Amino acid sequence: MKVDWSTFWVRIVEATGQTLTMVFFTLIFSSILGLLIGLLLFVTRKGNILENRFVFIVLNLAINIIRPIPFIIFLVTISPFTRLVIGTTIGTAAAIFPMTIVASFVIARVVENNLVSIDPGIIEAAKAMGANPLQIIFGVLIPEALGPLILGLTFMTVGLIDFSAMAGTVGGGGLGDLSMTYGYQRFDGSVMLVTIVILIVLVQIAQYIGNRLSRLFLRR
Amino acid sequence: MIQFQGVSKIFNSKNKEIRAVENVTLNVGRGEIYGVIGFSGAGKSTLLRLVNLLERPTGGKVIVNDQDVTSISARDLRKLRRRIGMIFQTFNLFNSRTVYGNVAYPLKLARVPRAQIRERVTELLRFVGLEDKAEQYPEQLSGGQKQRVGIARALATSPDILICDEATSALDPETTGEILKLLKKVNEEYNITILLITHEMHVIRSICDRVAVMENGAVIEEGTVFDIFAHPKQQATKNFISSVQNDKLSPKLLDILKQHHSGRLYRIIFKGGTTGEPVLSQAAKKYDIDFNVVYGSINELQGQLFGSLIVEFTGSDAEIANVVRELERTVELWEVVDHES
Repeated sequence: MKVDWSTFWVRIVEATGQTLTMVFFTLIFSSILGLLIGLLLFVTRKGNILENRFVFIVLNLAINIIRPIPFIIFLVTISPFTRLVIGTTIGTAAAIFPMTIVASFVIARVVENNLVSIDPGIIEAAKAMGANPLQIIFGVLIPEALGPLILGLTFMTVGLIDFSAMAGTVGGGGLGDLSMTYGYQRFDGSVMLVTIVILIVLVQIAQYIGNRLSRLFLRR
Repeated sequence: MIQFQGVSKIFNSKNKEIRAVENVTLNVGRGEIYGVIGFSGAGKSTLLRLVNLLERPTGGKVIVNDQDVTSISARDLRKLRRRIGMIFQTFNLFNSRTVYGNVAYPLKLARVPRAQIRERVTELLRFVGLEDKAEQYPEQLSGGQKQRVGIARALATSPDILICDEATSALDPETTGEILKLLKKVNEEYNITILLITHEMHVIRSICDRVAVMENGAVIEEGTVFDIFAHPKQQATKNFISSVQNDKLSPKLLDILKQHHSGRLYRIIFKGGTTGEPVLSQAAKKYDIDFNVVYGSINELQGQLFGSLIVEFTGSDAEIANVVRELERTVELWEVVDHES
């Protein structure tokens, strides 16, 4: 039973909207959370401005536990928790929750990696000028790492488009869901082809925006 | 201005302790340019960081402007740091900020009003000769220009003290000269006390008033630059001096001199006043000897002349002994029998 394209395109538009919604909100939430966790991870490192062994070890462990779990398994595993927080495990909002958690930890690692690559001498210079830890974080660390950070976030965005497709298969809707139910399960190659093309276009747009933005801030 | 009183800094790494600075006592006077010289690993970089507490001493006291830096609160420490400018070997400029932004940053930290920041930054960029580079980013500058920005940034909050961490070590000789001139200008025009560390003796010779030589965490010799050059006591000091005074005799050189000069070789040290007097020719006239300057140099040091020459005397042993006795009253000299290591 092939789809009737004269009416089906409405579903495509709707699914694209759901994918974009999932990716957009996840990106917003996880960027904020990821930046916080990543900064915390960096500044609590040994020898750093707010060295704290306990916080560092806990965060580091959390990231290392969550990141290797295949997303689709993670999604199912934390579904009771998702129900507790969101009220349901089905729908776009329910997909955003697990996506945000995983993405936050991935972004945290990306943030930390970019901060580590900042010359410690620059931080020392700021300290020598009398900057306090908060001033160093917001006045030095973030601006200095912003270019590569944006590239990291772009990479994450592309990853989120992938996540959103998986989230779709457990009721989150979106292009992944559409392509599975109408394309894969009904053997309709045209649906799969169209969704793939749309996903590719989305990834290209995300990468383009990311590259342009990072170039704006990359000063090295 | 800066006093180190029996200061030590011990780093505890995994299975051993590293004594980076050991029982150092030094006094840097107001308005002085004070140099600390040593090979890498001598502890001078750590010593410098004790001044603004980038490193905390494990023993002794560091007193800056009559304030014991080890006993003040974090807030007071940040205030104190604004009174101490710091420049670095690798410049450590903020790559994400323009030249203007770099110099303005310490003023922003000090919550100086925007209009005043503009005025001060413009003045400083003019002082270091970079007024046309304000809107450029550090990556667009040469090493010397970067260090000029570093200096302007360090001076932004009008500090009393400037500490320099190998400020010229990453620069070529010509640029080094320009930066040293600029530091001298900082010292003279703003009356800022400068404490610098270096491994290059010519930096000490060019601008420092006093010098301390460090080895293995300890100060092994200290004094005015002139005295240290004139009377080096420690071997390390002598090595540093011979790196800039082209007067050390290698075995090879001594062989060559001995081949061509059959007379007796003496090293004569001239200092200050005596360099102006014709002591050698006077002595030669008085006694029956000939002299011949075969090697050495005369340099300017802190406005005084300083010479170290190898002179050949020919004549009878008795006459030479007389000459030596005569000369000893005005200059230092000793016979060169072996090569000088």
